[in-house]
Amino acid sequence: MELMELTALELGTAIKKGRVSVKEAAQAALDRIAAQSSALNAFITVTGERALDRADKLQAGVKDAESPLYGVPMALKDNICTRGVRTTCASKILGEFTPPYSAAVVDKLAGAGAISLGKLNMDEFAMGSTSETSCFGPVKNPWDPERVPGGSSGGAAAAVAAGLGWYAVGSDTGGSIRQPAAFCGVTGIKPTYGTVSRYGLIAYASSFDQIGPICRDAADCAAVLDALQGKDPRDGTSLEGQYGRLLDRLTGDVRGLKIGLPADCYGDGLDPEVRAAVLAAADTLKSRGAQVTELPFPVMEYVVPAYYIIAAAQASSNLSRFDGVKYGRRADEYGGLDDLYRKTRTQGFGPEVKRRILLGTFVLSAGYYDAYYIKALQARAVIKSGFDRAFEQCDLLLTPTAPAAPPRLGTSLDNPLQMYLGDVYTVSVNLAGLPGLSMPCGFDSQGLPIGAQLIGPHFGEEMLLNAAHAFQLDTDFHRQRPKDSICRDAQRVPARLETLDHRPGAQCAPQREGGGPA
Amino acid sequence: MTWETVIGLETHVELATRTKIFCSCTTEFGSPPNTHCCPVCTGMPGALPVLNRRVLEFAVKAGLALNCSITRHSGFDRKNYFYPDLPKAYQISQLYLPIARNGRVDVRTQAGDKTIRIHELHMEEDAGKLAHDPATGLTRVDCNRCGVPLIEIVTQPDFRTAEEVTAYLEALKETLQYLGVSDCKMQEGSLRCDVNLSVRPAGSGELGTRTEMKNLGSFRAVARAIKYEAARQIQLIEGGGRVVQETRRWDEDRNASLPMRVKENAQDYRYFPEPDIPPIRLSEEYLDALRAAQPELAQAKRARYQREYGLPEYDCRMITSHRALARFFEALVELGVPPKQGANWIMGEVLGALSQRAMEPGDMKLTPPTLARLIALVGEGRLNRNTAVKVFEAVFDRDGDVDAYVRAHGLEQVNDDALVREACAEVLAVNPRSAADYRSGKEKAFGFLVGQVMRELKGRANPQRVNAILKELLMQ
Repeated sequence: MELMELTALELGTAIKKGRVSVKEAAQAALDRIAAQSSALNAFITVTGERALDRADKLQAGVKDAESPLYGVPMALKDNICTRGVRTTCASKILGEFTPPYSAAVVDKLAGAGAISLGKLNMDEFAMGSTSETSCFGPVKNPWDPERVPGGSSGGAAAAVAAGLGWYAVGSDTGGSIRQPAAFCGVTGIKPTYGTVSRYGLIAYASSFDQIGPICRDAADCAAVLDALQGKDPRDGTSLEGQYGRLLDRLTGDVRGLKIGLPADCYGDGLDPEVRAAVLAAADTLKSRGAQVTELPFPVMEYVVPAYYIIAAAQASSNLSRFDGVKYGRRADEYGGLDDLYRKTRTQGFGPEVKRRILLGTFVLSAGYYDAYYIKALQARAVIKSGFDRAFEQCDLLLTPTAPAAPPRLGTSLDNPLQMYLGDVYTVSVNLAGLPGLSMPCGFDSQGLPIGAQLIGPHFGEEMLLNAAHAFQLDTDFHRQRPKDSICRDAQRVPARLETLDHRPGAQCAPQREGGGPA
Repeated sequence: MTWETVIGLETHVELATRTKIFCSCTTEFGSPPNTHCCPVCTGMPGALPVLNRRVLEFAVKAGLALNCSITRHSGFDRKNYFYPDLPKAYQISQLYLPIARNGRVDVRTQAGDKTIRIHELHMEEDAGKLAHDPATGLTRVDCNRCGVPLIEIVTQPDFRTAEEVTAYLEALKETLQYLGVSDCKMQEGSLRCDVNLSVRPAGSGELGTRTEMKNLGSFRAVARAIKYEAARQIQLIEGGGRVVQETRRWDEDRNASLPMRVKENAQDYRYFPEPDIPPIRLSEEYLDALRAAQPELAQAKRARYQREYGLPEYDCRMITSHRALARFFEALVELGVPPKQGANWIMGEVLGALSQRAMEPGDMKLTPPTLARLIALVGEGRLNRNTAVKVFEAVFDRDGDVDAYVRAHGLEQVNDDALVREACAEVLAVNPRSAADYRSGKEKAFGFLVGQVMRELKGRANPQRVNAILKELLMQ
């Protein structure tokens, strides 16, 4: 479909110029969602009526619109609170939780004229790298429905790749935007920690969580990030900064830009096809005038353990509020108070979430806190200073986003450690609070997308986006789309739910607006 | 054997900020359940705490006034535990880097002066309230208190007697009220204290096993609980028993401390730094500004009143017993009222009226200009003292125009000698017996006659003139 070939900015221009109405765009996306989404399982909740109502309202203001994204339909990861629309975190424990308030980013996007099509599937509480831990069942990769789309923002990446909306807003705690973007052949950026308000983002690991866009290309990412970033008085960790000028400063000029290749990111465990594609991307940037140098980066061995200890510890505390007392799901039958807590949480959380809560509770326990949590914080400081040293020598770092192609559905959850190790290139960025971007840089021999990650210093978004934009001016990997027929085939692929430990009948059901399970 | 009691205190004080510690809900007391809450204080998913700068300011002020060293780089920590009155299932508190440490409070008891060392002062949020309904067996949660700002002040185990503890609590309350950081109303729970107590043989350098007592509703209860618990522990040990480390609940009606539910193993709160609130860094300029803005505290005021106004120590103590009274007094003096007269009115009429109405001085409607005018009218001889007290009673509850009231009720003092003489003559005429009694040396009869004259003049007469004229007539 022609409309779906456009980027968000191109569609925004078409709407502004009156060549497409807001409603036409919204309807086109909703039609595709109806045709494709159940196969991909990308959406948890589709808010079609709301979207069409809003399209009418927005159409009236097209002439005065200032945002380049005005009227462009998009979707939100389901851990971002939306007033009046249920927000599940893909967990049974939140049940039919409908927030009485919207996340800060939802208000900001509304201000930029966005239309939300609905809420996107994800790993339960954003814990997972495959989008298989959702209580709504796994998301499938539009390039190969037997494969995972990555996670935890798998629904977001799959939706953008499959043309179910022009951009998506996800969250990234250890790679949850960049890794699915890589696996689905789209562009995603995790901004500098503190530059996008976390108010209304259901917390996984507070020190690392950051909201960011998943888009067709770097220019769209710049436009969405311009809308998302800003100091928010409701988030104590949000930072002052000069926001809102990323798109304007997108030149594609990388002459003299120093790009470092951290040697330790190209060693053992990296798939040769991925290595070749990322190094080829380095060459492309070099051909546009960037200087590419290798440099040592001897901190990689600490990143996965440090990340999982800190993230699990914070998660164990952040998820304690889901106790069945105030909102969300409560066990049907229980004895006393302790039994209410035990049964509610036993029934409400899936196995991966339980694993991380247990791990986090353990590392914070008396007698272990110093050995694990404090040690992990020390490792984090070492990693930060590793980046500081690297950025004394270069402007940006280029690494693979993930060490290998997306795994097949159902092969990851039985071996969580292997899954965690797959996050090796992305988690370091969250540990240091830096911005990181993943862009498509090729396809492997099976036709699966490969992502390259650019890492910048604090507030380095402009450089990251500019480098990615430069790369995309010379390449068309980001213009490649999976065939619709593949998406439809996805319907025939079993979801392998038996690995998810969901009792029969306990499965959550995707929901259409206003009604029960679809 | 002689025993020594060793006591340490943990006092929770609610700060008098208008809004809560991490959101902008009001801290107002006594509203219907769950009317003062928002996504932040009810722990909704995705809601984030933002530190109220005023809470920080109040905590630092309290720390400075308690002679603490202020922690330049401090931070909040999470204390994790499940309980229905704690919506997030963690309390945001300060464990690793409390805002203030190593302070001291000087107390005076009949046994002499003593310094109590403050171990630390930290900020934290209050929890909600559970209401158990015995009729339905249901428990309901009221989140109005969730997120009300508290400071917890922890002393060293420096107390040896209940008197020292009471003196400390009074000094603490006075200081915090003077700073304006808390109203310290124990009955509303804005000041709560837990008592850690152990006993040991006198002269021993080691501490005995301690118990912690909770649910102490008044300073009197604290003193009684200390005496009870010390006696209980001594009796236990002397009887060959052993003190168990436990939390006990003071039962005011039974006048006894009772063990609370004993937990099988110690609660592990899994403290870790609160990632949602950035570390707090205080600059020297910030601290200097707060130091400069510290108000004159009660002790300093007492010394100044003695020095500047020559007031007796007793008067000074009474007037400075509450910051609002001291302010009232200073305003009277400012308006030209002689200090001793102002002090007398405050100690007599004002405190009397307040206690009669069980009111706090801060809630008083009467304003200093009104009382100053009343005192001036007495001074000018236009009201006698007794009538002035009546006017005081009339205007106390609502304040008001003293002159208008006096005019409207015709209370102005009768200073016209002719009128007084007329009344005296009349009283003598109808009471010849009393006149004769007086003349025959019965002094008592004079008082009766004065009373009759005052009655005749509806109490408005200048008593000095009545005395003089009556005596003059009786001599004739």
